[in-house]
Amino acid sequence: MVARQRPRSTAVEELDIADCRFAIANLQIGNWQSAIGNDYNDRGGKSNILEVSKLGCVRGDRRLFSGLDLSLSPGTFVQLTGPNGSGKTSLLRILCGLLSPAEGEISWRGANIRALGEDYVTELTYLGHRPGVKDELSALENLRISNALNGVEVSHEGAVDALQRMGLAGREHLPARYLSEGQRRRVALARLLLCNTRLWLLDEVMTSLDKGAVGLVRSLIENHVKRDGIAIVATHQELELAAGVTKRLELST
Amino acid sequence: MLRWIVWRDLMLAWRRRSDMLSTVFFFVIVVSLFPLGIGPETQLLRSIAPGVVWVAALLASMLSLGRLFANDYQDGTLEQLLLTPQPLFLVVLGKVLAHWIVAEIPLVLIAPLVGVQFDLSPQTLRVLFVSLLVGTPILSLIGSVGAALTLGLRGGGVLISILILPLYIPALIFGAGAVEATIIGMSPTPHLYLLGAFAIVSLLFAPWAASAALRISLE
Repeated sequence: MVARQRPRSTAVEELDIADCRFAIANLQIGNWQSAIGNDYNDRGGKSNILEVSKLGCVRGDRRLFSGLDLSLSPGTFVQLTGPNGSGKTSLLRILCGLLSPAEGEISWRGANIRALGEDYVTELTYLGHRPGVKDELSALENLRISNALNGVEVSHEGAVDALQRMGLAGREHLPARYLSEGQRRRVALARLLLCNTRLWLLDEVMTSLDKGAVGLVRSLIENHVKRDGIAIVATHQELELAAGVTKRLELST
Repeated sequence: MLRWIVWRDLMLAWRRRSDMLSTVFFFVIVVSLFPLGIGPETQLLRSIAPGVVWVAALLASMLSLGRLFANDYQDGTLEQLLLTPQPLFLVVLGKVLAHWIVAEIPLVLIAPLVGVQFDLSPQTLRVLFVSLLVGTPILSLIGSVGAALTLGLRGGGVLISILILPLYIPALIFGAGAVEATIIGMSPTPHLYLLGAFAIVSLLFAPWAASAALRISLE
C-alpha cells in the first residue's frame, strides 16, 4: 500500500444550471490503485451501476437542486457536503426511494429504481439522521430485529459480536433508552457490520460519535468500498479513505 | 417477515404495558358510567347496551390508533420499515395484526364482563363477544389508514377521529344490530355475516390504502 505514492489529482468541474450551482470536485486517491498495479479511472474497467441523470428536487416552494448528474461504479465513495438546508438529506432520501424526485431519474444496473422496487431495496442500506433505534428494546434486540426485517437473520452470537466490535460490550442487553446518543448511533451503525448490501447511504451518521467511533466508521466504509461497494455519505467532517475512488459532491444553496 | 413485525410490535407493546392498560380502563370506565348514571332501570339498560358497548369500543380504539405509526415515525424506524425488502402492505398488515392483538382483543375479552352491568342474558353476552370478535379487526384495519394519513400532523389525534369514526358506522350498525337482534329474540346471524363481509373487504383494501398513505406521509 505504501509502495508508490502518486500525487493526488484533483479535477473540479463547476456547473451552472438554472438557479443552482454545484461544484463537483473529483478527487482520486492514487496510492491504492497503483499498489495493485491497475490504473483505473471512472470510465475504466468497471461499469457504472448507479446512474443519476438530471435529478431535481423541490421541497415546499424551494428548489434545492436541479440537473444533478452522477454515475458511480463499484468501489466508489462519495462524500456529500454542503451547508445546512442544501438538500443532502433530500438527495439521500431520493436515492433510496423514500422521496420522489421533482424531475430526472435514477437507475440501478440499468433499470429505474421505481420499477425495481423491492429488488433495489434489498441492495441498499440507508441510515438516516434519526438512528432508528427503539428505546424499549435492548441493543441486541434492535440489531437482530432490524436485520431480520431486512432479510438477514443474525444469530445471537453474531449480533453480540457485532455490538462488541462497535464498542458496546457489556451493554448488549440494556434497553436503548439507557444508552447515550452516541451509543444509540453505534447500535444503528452495527447494522453495517452485518448487512451484505451493495449501496450504503449514510446521512450524518458521524454526529455525536467520539473520535474512536469515527475511525471505526471510516474503516467500515473503507472495507465496504474495497469489496466493490458504493458508499454515499453526507457529512460535515472530512473523511479520507485509503482505498477506492473518492468523489466529492458539494451541494450549495 | 410478517412474523418478525408482529413479534416486534407485541414486544414493544409489552414493554409499554401502561398504554395497553389505559385503553382497557377507558373502555371499562365508559361502559360502566352508563348504568351508574341511568340507575337500575333494567329495561332501558338492556336496550341501550349494544350501542353503548360498541361506541365505547370505537372510542377506545381511537386512543391507541394514534400510536400505531407515530412512535415508529418519531424514532426513524418507520423509514427503515419502508426500506425493508417486503411489500409495504405486509408491514402494515403485521402492524395492524399486532394492534388488534394488543388493543382490541382485551376489549373483546372484557366486554361480556362489563355487559353484565346491563342485565344482558348469557346468550346475548355470547353474541356481543362474537360481534366484537368479528368487528374489531375492522377497527384496526380502517384505523390504520387514518393513522397513516395523519402521521406527523399537528393535532393528529383529533383529526384521526374525524376521519375514521364516520367510516366505522357500518361496523357499528351491524355489530350493535347483532346484539339487539338477540335481545328481541331474533337471529343475529345476518348481522354477523354482513359484519364479516365488511371485515373481509377492509382486509383487502385497508393495508394498500394505508401503505399508500404512509408513502405520502413520509415524503
